[in-house]
Formats: sequence, C-alpha cells, structure tokens
Amino acid sequence: MTELAAAQQGEAPDVGAPERLEVQIVPVRALPVVAVVLVGLVVAVASNKMWALDFFHVVGGALWTSIDLFLGFIIGPILGRLPIPARTAFSARFMPKMVLLMPTLVICTLVAGWQLARYEGNILTSSPNHPWVLASLIVVGVMAVIAIGILEPANLAVLFELRKPAPNGELIGRLMKRFIYTAGVTGAMQIATLVIMTRLSSS
Amino acid sequence: MSADTRTPEPGSLVARRLPPVAELAVASMALVITGGIYLVAHLPQRAPLGPAVGLLAAAAVLLVADAALVSRLRTFAWRVFFQVAGWVLVAYVVIGGMLEFTFVYDGTRGALLVVLTLSLLVFALDIPMLLGFSVARYQDPAQPAIEGG
Repeated sequence: MTELAAAQQGEAPDVGAPERLEVQIVPVRALPVVAVVLVGLVVAVASNKMWALDFFHVVGGALWTSIDLFLGFIIGPILGRLPIPARTAFSARFMPKMVLLMPTLVICTLVAGWQLARYEGNILTSSPNHPWVLASLIVVGVMAVIAIGILEPANLAVLFELRKPAPNGELIGRLMKRFIYTAGVTGAMQIATLVIMTRLSSS
Repeated sequence: MSADTRTPEPGSLVARRLPPVAELAVASMALVITGGIYLVAHLPQRAPLGPAVGLLAAAAVLLVADAALVSRLRTFAWRVFFQVAGWVLVAYVVIGGMLEFTFVYDGTRGALLVVLTLSLLVFALDIPMLLGFSVARYQDPAQPAIEGG
C-alpha cells in the first residue's frame, strides 16, 4: 500500500515523473460510438438482413471471445508479475474502456445471434442444431453470471478506489484476484463457444 | 518492489462485515437466466410456464430481500450507491429495452411475453443493486457523490 500510495503521489523514484492518476469511470466521449453501434444493431434486427445480423454476431462474438482469452491468458499473467504501480497505472487507463466495450460487444453478439438462430431455424426443437444452440445459451448464462456478478463489481470497485487520494493497494489486489480465479472458467466457456459456433456454422 | 503488507484496520471499510447483498443479487440474476434458458429450450412450442414463473418468483423474492437488507444499512455511502446504481440502471434499461424489442419484434405475446418482461425487469434491477453495493461498501459514508465520468 505504501508503495502504491507513494507512486500515485509521485514519491516513488522508480516509476518516473510524478503523476496523480486521473481515473474516469466511464469514457464519456465514447458513448456516441456505443449509441451508433446500438442503433445499427436495431436496424439490423428490424431489417432482418442476413448479412447485417451475421456481421454483428460474428464481429461482436469474435472480439468478445478474443479479448476475453487474450486478457485471461496473455495480459493477465503479465500484469500479475508487474510492480503494483505499473499494474495500477495500466488498470486506471484500461478498465474504463472495458466498462463500455464489453457490454456493447456482448449485447451485439447476443441480440444478433438470437435473431440469426431464429432466421435459420436453429432455435426450433425440430432443428438438428437445437442442442448446440441450447448449449451456447447455457455457456453464455455461465459467462454472464461470472462477468456481471463477479468481475464487473470488482472492476468498478477498483476504479472508484483508484480515484481516492490514497488508494488501498490491499483492497485492489484482493479485488483483482477475482480476475485470476475466474480466468480458467471464462477461458473454458469461451473455448466451448468456439467449438459450438464452428459446429453450428459447418452443419 | 516492496510487498504491500498493510492489513485492514478493525472496523475499517474493508474489514467490516456486511449482509450478503451481492451474493443474493447474483443468485437472483442466475435464477432469471435459468428461467430464460428454460423457456427458449422449448421453442417453438410454448413451455409450461410453471417452472419459469417459479424461478421468476424466487428471483423476485431474493431481489426484495436484497433491497430490504440494503435499506437497513445505517453506516453506508448512500450517495455513491445511488450514483452508481442510477447510471447502471440507465444502462440496463437500454440493454433490457433492446432485448424486449427483440421479443416483441419476434412476435412473442401473451403470458410468455409477461414472464419474459418481468424477468428482464428483475434482471435490470438486480445489476444496479449489485454494482451500487459493490462500489459503495468500500466508500466513506460521509463522502459526497463523485463528480465526473
């Protein structure tokens, strides 16, 4: 904690120039971009165009899965070995972007995916693909509980802690451990998603 | 790098014990999601609504219990709680609205639409409760709402 507080007050010689972290919880300037994406999603659903639905589902899903796996298995372990001030500086700039990015990707993937499954008849119990669609819903359900119920509260609590004049490093460390504990489950769910989606698209 | 060895002081914001508000909200959310998957699994036939209504009722009970637990907190950063919960509610009204639009657009009607709409409502209230509590529990109760995004 002393190191974290000192670093944030510019007293640690090994972390460069004195800098007090300015943490923005939600990147307000990105909100119009999110609004444009969501309007595009509504248009895609309302027009029921196969390409538009495919675009939102594939692009949203590919980014969601890739970012999740990249963070969980590449960035996460690297971040875990960095000094606390470096972790804090990274988190302060990175996590606000995730507050907007991930929910937008998730809603695009799910809404477009649902419409696509309906369009192609995969949600019907008579479809041979129905068990795969059901499996994907269960996987998404598990990921939703982890993301919204465990990770997002930790993400927000860390961001608010970082805005304090003297953030509690022990609390931040404890909250960040949730990302490590859940990385295995999230990774397994994302790999299951890849298996299910490639099965669906090739059948 | 020196190890961060500070331990929470007894009675501090980090060490204090609070009711299981977050756990109940997550349980409520999980029940709603389970109900949704159950309904979808039967399409295009209409699923027997009993189990879905039961899951929804259980989720609603947990949500009400959660609200009761939160309302009984005396030393709590209420301004921060309402600030976070308010903005999260706005976000989840948008997300819930997108899903509701999809249900209606797809021709969902009658009792099934009512169950799905109420499920979305419980879901959209669970998340603000969860996130508002998760942030406010570590904030100084005397602290005003935080300015800026």
